[in-house]
Amino acid sequence: MTERKVLLIDDELDFLEALSERMRNRGLNVATAASAKEAIQIAQRETYDVLVLDLNMPEMDGLETLKILKGNNPGIHVIILTGHATVEKGIRAVLSGAEEILEKPSNVDVLIRKIEKLVTKKMVKV
Amino acid sequence: MNPQWDIIGSEGFKFMGKMNASISHEIKNVLAIINENAGLLEDFMLMVEKGVPLDSERLKKLADKIQSQIQRADRIVKNMNTFAHSVDKTKGNVELGELLSLMTVLSQRLAAMKELTFSVVPPPDPITITTHPFLLENMIWLCLDFAMEMTGPGKSLHLTADADDQWASITISGLDGLRDNFSSEIFPGKRENALMQALGGRAVFDQSRGKIVLSLPREPGAQKDLKAAGE
Repeated sequence: MTERKVLLIDDELDFLEALSERMRNRGLNVATAASAKEAIQIAQRETYDVLVLDLNMPEMDGLETLKILKGNNPGIHVIILTGHATVEKGIRAVLSGAEEILEKPSNVDVLIRKIEKLVTKKMVKV
Repeated sequence: MNPQWDIIGSEGFKFMGKMNASISHEIKNVLAIINENAGLLEDFMLMVEKGVPLDSERLKKLADKIQSQIQRADRIVKNMNTFAHSVDKTKGNVELGELLSLMTVLSQRLAAMKELTFSVVPPPDPITITTHPFLLENMIWLCLDFAMEMTGPGKSLHLTADADDQWASITISGLDGLRDNFSSEIFPGKRENALMQALGGRAVFDQSRGKIVLSLPREPGAQKDLKAAGE
């Protein structure tokens, strides 16, 4: 399996640290960002297959972050991983380019299956 | 004139909903951290089964993280419980230092979203007033919401309480550097005035000093004194 490159964005540092380690344990190449600004900087230096991001973050909320990152890299897949997504926010996220929405607490294996599905879908399209 | 209860009722539901959404979001975050750290423990055990040596120091750190999140959840739930019980009585004793602390803790996550912080300076001696606890909480929230909306990121809002024999006051300062779209006519508006009328007090926004002052009677009867004094 090709190593998937994932950028995980969440302002809860303990969450970021633990989930990224679990994803790495399962063979993914994971970078982390604790804020939207940091995520935008990281994504300018490196290309990622998938973004996994929270909707509620300080400075800039997840939807704005999603629009900027998707604008810079239209081919990137986006999974929203949030505490609670209202239907309205979910629709706005999908309209902004998110393909999957998961609620916290989530199952890491479900998240990885979704990442795999999205990346494989992209490869089939190509 | 009677307080406008339709406005107060509608604002109360909005306030309760906003706080509940924020609290539940925070609880979800705590659960997510516990979930991932418990998952890491599971990962380590699977590695041990495959012959990887057990790192006891690492395990201890993970257990500490889980403990600290449980304590965080306990604080959140205690505050939520205090807040929930504030609707039990239409009149009760409220200690203003404690109330300001509760309101800032409940609003902390929403402030962090706007890159703002709160600081509460507790009064040297407790200031207890007899009032409608929930309506006062709602009023403080409206002030904080207004202050957060109108000040830019990076600011800190300060909350203090003061009192004399008959009156108590709550001051929210640090509202300098107001946004360009600010209009001094919007605060206090209809909903704030309706709430302050029900509380028997008065809200004043002093734009030049960047502060909101809520004047409240220590006992409900003092409302008449304010009217008699021609405000």
